[in-house]
Amino acid sequence: MLELLFDASFAGSIPRFVTPILLAALGGALCERAGVFNIALEGFLLAGAFAAVVGSYFTGSAYGGALAAIVGGVAMGLVFAEFNLRRGGDAIVVSIAINILAAGLTTYLLRVIFDVSGAFNDAGIVGFRPVHLPGIAALPVIGPLLSGQTVLFYLALATVPAMHLFFARHRLGLRMRAAGENPAALQAGGVSPRRVQLWSLVGCGALCGLGGAQLSIANVNLFVENMSAGRGWIAVVAVLLTRGRPWPLFAIAVVFGVVDSLSFRVQGLGMPQQFTDMMPYLATLIVLTALSWWRRRKEQ
Amino acid sequence: MKPGDTVFSREVVPWLAVFFWIAVVLFVLVELVSSDFGAAVRGFMQGAFGGRRFAYLMTTLSRTALITGMALSVLLSFRAGLFNIGGEGQLVAGGLAAALVAVLVPGPPLLILALAILAAMLAGAVWALLSGFLQLYVGVPILVGSLLLNYPIRYIASYLVAHPYRDVASGMVQSHLVPQATWLPYFPGTRLDIGILFIVVAAIFTIAYSHTTVHGYQARLNGLAPDFARTVGLPVGKLAMQTLAMSGAIAGLVGAIAVFGIHHRYIDGMLVQPLYAWTGIIAVLLVGMIPWLVPFSGFFFAAIQTGAAGMERTAGVPKEIALVAQAVIILLVASRVSGALLSSSDRKAGGGDA
Repeated sequence: MLELLFDASFAGSIPRFVTPILLAALGGALCERAGVFNIALEGFLLAGAFAAVVGSYFTGSAYGGALAAIVGGVAMGLVFAEFNLRRGGDAIVVSIAINILAAGLTTYLLRVIFDVSGAFNDAGIVGFRPVHLPGIAALPVIGPLLSGQTVLFYLALATVPAMHLFFARHRLGLRMRAAGENPAALQAGGVSPRRVQLWSLVGCGALCGLGGAQLSIANVNLFVENMSAGRGWIAVVAVLLTRGRPWPLFAIAVVFGVVDSLSFRVQGLGMPQQFTDMMPYLATLIVLTALSWWRRRKEQ
Repeated sequence: MKPGDTVFSREVVPWLAVFFWIAVVLFVLVELVSSDFGAAVRGFMQGAFGGRRFAYLMTTLSRTALITGMALSVLLSFRAGLFNIGGEGQLVAGGLAAALVAVLVPGPPLLILALAILAAMLAGAVWALLSGFLQLYVGVPILVGSLLLNYPIRYIASYLVAHPYRDVASGMVQSHLVPQATWLPYFPGTRLDIGILFIVVAAIFTIAYSHTTVHGYQARLNGLAPDFARTVGLPVGKLAMQTLAMSGAIAGLVGAIAVFGIHHRYIDGMLVQPLYAWTGIIAVLLVGMIPWLVPFSGFFFAAIQTGAAGMERTAGVPKEIALVAQAVIILLVASRVSGALLSSSDRKAGGGDA
């Protein structure tokens, strides 16, 4: 049974599931640390996935798709900034609206641009190709895990330490943390917290956009309505649990990604699809429950 | 007060701007499909309010009932400071329980109907209490706990009507029809089922509960000033659980109405795809959580959705324009109706800032 589940192709599938959650959660971490309560990652991710397909289809290049995905995600971030930061709308209300906006707009544009509904699957969509790392590919276990993945996975991996350093050393990263922890102090230092928060939303949009690109033009080469399917919410949970710290975030994203790929795997072994679809959410609930319970006990 | 700062410029102009921007967005979206804007508007009016013998208006009213029901459900939670966005799961639990009871339990129709509705309310309440339990006893913020609980029940329902209780002969992923004698009747001479009456009763109950009972007052107090409520010794945990149970029961009732009034069975996705729960939430937010305005905003959003369906039929504008319109309305109005969700005790637990 176990060797049926865990083999090279399973190891190779894990990064495909880790990448979208990790990228979205890293984006969410920027907002979390900057004091923006952004729970619209689901909408950001969906917008990115759709924009990636549009970009890839019309430029004929996966990188064109990734660029479009960034634009799509950032556009959502700017909408968030306009209504939350500038007009003072409640962050939760704005998030709910953006999630609905992304669901509506992607489906609407799917029909307007490609004249299909439900799913768009076309040979014109150019996806990312796996990158084979010579030397590493031959290693057992690590080989299929690290080699043969898309550029987006390596980018997501590199972003974890980069974001750690960014928060620890970089001027903008420090300012973001100040905006989250003590905006008055930042203001007194002559820096507008809102401008810093705007940058966190732009960064969040870009990272979520790339996460969406992983869903639509790396894992598969198509767009399906609502294809983010709750992964943005899982990323929100990861951000809340880790309070936006990159390394713990990475650990949680890996756990969720493994469960996600496991659920995909056991579906192939004949388990009803409904149960395998449920697994990532149950895993998220269990991790959330266990960590919350543990934290509460520690505090008492 | 600056010169020129009049009631008109402060109160009216911003609202005119809101309508202006909504019109601009809709115009651009319709132009994208290069459809005749006038035909689209006519299709919208027809789809929302017209039809032969006002058939489409009846659809709008029937949808109003479901959206308003979901809005009442979240209204109770929100006003008590509980950010319960798991209405969808509670709705599905209710619809599923109602359909299964009616399909599986034999007996006189009226009794079965009553039993099924009670089962639906119980199922909705249990699902809501789960998120309350996670918040109170484990420390999982209700905002994420209730949201995540939407997914398991969605798939459980999907599994049950796809495998053990599937109407295989129909070829669709759906349960068997509930006995015809349990179907909610139409109002005489119309195609509108009496489900809306249940919602009227629920609305009267919600408003009366919230404004005339001590319990309702305490729950609202807990929402407005949680620290004060705790300090004066209100049983805040018990209040939260009771409020959630009521919220969930109303959502479950809505699920039962959808089963007995509209679909007469449980069809996979029938309560999730139309985004009833999310529309209910934005219907509450649009009117700043004022109870007596909720049915009007429920009707407003129902009309947008059925109107968009009409636009799709006559002018070929994809009906998803309704979702975009709803989102734009909420974005523009949320920033005007300020403080809608402030001082939510849950917000602090969620780790976010106001």
